[in-house]
Amino acid sequence: MSFIFPKWANTLPLKVAVGAFLVANAAGAGVWYYLTPKYTRVGYTPKQPIAFSHAIHSDQLGIDCRYCHSAVEKSWFSNIPASSTCMNCHSLVLKDDPKLALVRESFQTGRSIPWVQVHKVPDYVYFNHSVHVNRGISCVHCHGQINHMEEVQHAKPLSMGFCLDCHRAPEEKIRPVELVTQLDWKGAVNGKQLVHDWNVKPGQSCSTCHR
Amino acid sequence: MRYFLTLFVLAVIGVVSALGFRGDKSRKPPRMAEIFPDLNIQPKLRPQTVTKFDGFADGASSRVYPVGTVAQKVGFLDNTTWEDTAINTGRDAKGFVDSNPVPVTSELLKRGQERFNIYCQPCHGAQGDSAGGIVKKLGATSVANLQDQRIVRMNDGEIFNTISYGKNTMMGYAGQVPVSDRWAIIVYVRALQLSRLGAKDDVPAPVLEKLK
Repeated sequence: MSFIFPKWANTLPLKVAVGAFLVANAAGAGVWYYLTPKYTRVGYTPKQPIAFSHAIHSDQLGIDCRYCHSAVEKSWFSNIPASSTCMNCHSLVLKDDPKLALVRESFQTGRSIPWVQVHKVPDYVYFNHSVHVNRGISCVHCHGQINHMEEVQHAKPLSMGFCLDCHRAPEEKIRPVELVTQLDWKGAVNGKQLVHDWNVKPGQSCSTCHR
Repeated sequence: MRYFLTLFVLAVIGVVSALGFRGDKSRKPPRMAEIFPDLNIQPKLRPQTVTKFDGFADGASSRVYPVGTVAQKVGFLDNTTWEDTAINTGRDAKGFVDSNPVPVTSELLKRGQERFNIYCQPCHGAQGDSAGGIVKKLGATSVANLQDQRIVRMNDGEIFNTISYGKNTMMGYAGQVPVSDRWAIIVYVRALQLSRLGAKDDVPAPVLEKLK
């Protein structure tokens, strides 16, 4: 009587197990690596209609963030400046530069410049800029070193885990309010003291951000 | 098994080369597989976006105020009218007011310093003398020197009017600097001027003693 199973069948269960192990791990690693905002959002650098450089305006010229994003301290939304804000200076500086043709056109006609939004949380998230910048959370914590960017790039994941990291330990990020727009500031500060003095109690319940 | 391992390695290399690494520069908007996309992108309007709503002919979700209207909670509002109330417009029935209608406090001065350094310093310079103004260095030669006698003698109401509506090549800052901050900036501009114009006798003796 011949054998029912050929000899190679002896190693088959082991091979199937190793194969399944490899595939399952690779699939898991792929999901972990690719299907989170750390991959999907970070690095997003849309082509903007005008090659506006934060590095020139903020870093080289030292213009404060709030010169353009003037509503950030009062509003949940940090505004893109009106083209009249650009023209405050560009009616004098580079006033005939072809790169700025769209700004001049927008200023004259009132049509908006079609800037592409880079940072956007889902519509079910209610993020408030003013409450963060008025309590010593700097632009840099969510937007990265935007003052050195030639093109704005999505630097941080802005995922729920990212928000919660800071909401659980605000003392690691908090800084004096007057330094919020100093994106290069690297000084030391007693974060626990500031959290206590300003009565900072970042919520961690669902309804803090999802309303 | 050898075929399987080869295929497996090729598949991993294929996926990584197609999808790249975290943080790679990407021109395409972030996209996630969404089961209920209308939760993520709701049919509500967000500020400064495009809308197809018929009522908004220019397609802008953020609306501008109708001409001649003032938004609520702007400026100092009581039952007076907007026009010709010195605190909101810098002028009364007789013209530009001489002095700041807002009580001057050290908080107001500090606020003025901060706001001056955000909104005025780029052109007028940190000292107000336009020498340090970056925009002047870039070729805008018409920036006014705030230490000039003309500005020193100018009354507060006219400076308020200039901040609000601009003058010559300067454009108005009403959109960026709210009414209360304009008065704070004027307080700080006066302090800057005093720092140049002040005499030794203006300093109280005990303070002068410390400065020596």
